[in-house]
Amino acid sequence: MRTTRRTFVQASLAATAAATLLPISLHAQQGLPARRPIPSTREEIPIVGLGTWITFNVGDDPVLRDECAGVMAAFFEAGGRMIDSSPMYGSSQPVIGYGLQKLGQPSALFAAEKVWTSSAAAGPAQIEQSRRFWGVPKFDLVQVHNLLAWKAHLQTLFQMKAAGAVRYVGITTSEGRRHDLLEQVMRSEPIDFVQFSYNVVDREAEARLLPLASERGIAVIVNRPFRQGALTQRLQGKPLPEWAAELGASSWAQLMLKFILAHPAVTVAIPATTRVDHVRENLSAAAGPMPDPAMRERIAAHVKAL
Amino acid sequence: MSEWWTYRAEDFLLFSPRVYWRMFELHNAALWPLHMLTLAAGVIIILLIAWRPGTGARWLALILAIPWMFVGWSFLWNRYATINWAAAYVAPAFAVEGVLLLVIGSLRDGLAFDRRGLAGWTGYLILAFALAGAPLLAPLQGRGWASSEVFGIAPDPTAMATLGVLLLARGRLLPLLVPIPVLWCLLSGMALSTMGEPQAWAPYAAPALAAAAWIWTIIRQRFNR
Repeated sequence: MRTTRRTFVQASLAATAAATLLPISLHAQQGLPARRPIPSTREEIPIVGLGTWITFNVGDDPVLRDECAGVMAAFFEAGGRMIDSSPMYGSSQPVIGYGLQKLGQPSALFAAEKVWTSSAAAGPAQIEQSRRFWGVPKFDLVQVHNLLAWKAHLQTLFQMKAAGAVRYVGITTSEGRRHDLLEQVMRSEPIDFVQFSYNVVDREAEARLLPLASERGIAVIVNRPFRQGALTQRLQGKPLPEWAAELGASSWAQLMLKFILAHPAVTVAIPATTRVDHVRENLSAAAGPMPDPAMRERIAAHVKAL
Repeated sequence: MSEWWTYRAEDFLLFSPRVYWRMFELHNAALWPLHMLTLAAGVIIILLIAWRPGTGARWLALILAIPWMFVGWSFLWNRYATINWAAAYVAPAFAVEGVLLLVIGSLRDGLAFDRRGLAGWTGYLILAFALAGAPLLAPLQGRGWASSEVFGIAPDPTAMATLGVLLLARGRLLPLLVPIPVLWCLLSGMALSTMGEPQAWAPYAAPALAAAAWIWTIIRQRFNR
């Protein structure tokens, strides 16, 4: 194709727009997961993390604990950093601690935890207990889980941040609950992170939460990217559209992850898995080309139609 | 919890079926061969009811109380609570049921196992299923014997067997012994059905059968007055 001044200007504008919309680093081109900056510090973080809801709650089972450690090993090996958990997730915290110890405390870890208690006074002790389970010196991020006693816990977390006991503060919800209150907190509190559910079929967050996060400079963690596995199960056996190859997606999970990751306000998505091949597949979705807005709509329409 | 109506049973399920059934495998392996003793205790319960309905109540209550306390401590508190924090709150209820059995069983005229008729036979049926049928559910569903649930080792057959025993009993304080096994069966049934496990019918069926038999007995007694 011949390059004219017009096509050059158009291409430059498109590239500028893409760079603005998708502040993804060059890691993606090198096979490593792409990174995005945490708005409050500009620290870059890989855009795919690791959730632990259900998958890491394996109790004292030594075989399953080793499987989880294997998932963590594959996660770090593929360039992942953020692992997210909560006191609500049963034994997930000690299982993470077991994996971290087995892997020699990987320095890449970005430890994201939550505080989950209706008692404001019990918050600090719970965070300390969680830290002991993980076996880390401190958490990178502590979030108020499901907005439970959020006012009191946020004050605790802001004090911890000021004292250097935690690097970032956040708040979470899931499955579309209490978005009005979440929005209020995002507008009124100086939080670094917000976490909520967003995926190819649950797109309520696009209306207000995602634009607001961009506007307020709040990093977004997306939970339940596959509706806790329901979406991947629903699409199992259905042929992937040919155009998925243009994005380098070789599975429904990758295509649906790319849909999420391509939203410019999303910082990290945290799919949970018990399988090493799936964690690799998830992280490789964070590398390579991302869908543009038109392609995102095409993905959503296609999944909806199936 | 706000917006409670938006929550589904799946939202409270913290673990996968694989983790759940492996927990029974580990529990059975840790306690084997205690299963032989608990099953023998179950057989003794049947023999006491059949042959010493009036005088064996104290021993029977004792034999039934020990599994409740043991299962509450060994399974719910030490094992299940590691994957389901709610189990730590349920474990004391198992201890309470054990204490209630001990206290009510030791009272003069506290319990007598002389009920027959439909309620009695339903009691025998549930008791027999809890002892002999429940352990078969695991191999019948392709999980092998390793994750079998056995009376006195696992909570479901223990609660179901107790409902069977209570159907065969009379006593002023009998109603105090019913709620905990019924509630456990319902909780367990909900957990199993949320996991999509076909054997959820068993913990649902036991209290349903027991309730039907009790209702039938009450109606019949009133009709005969």
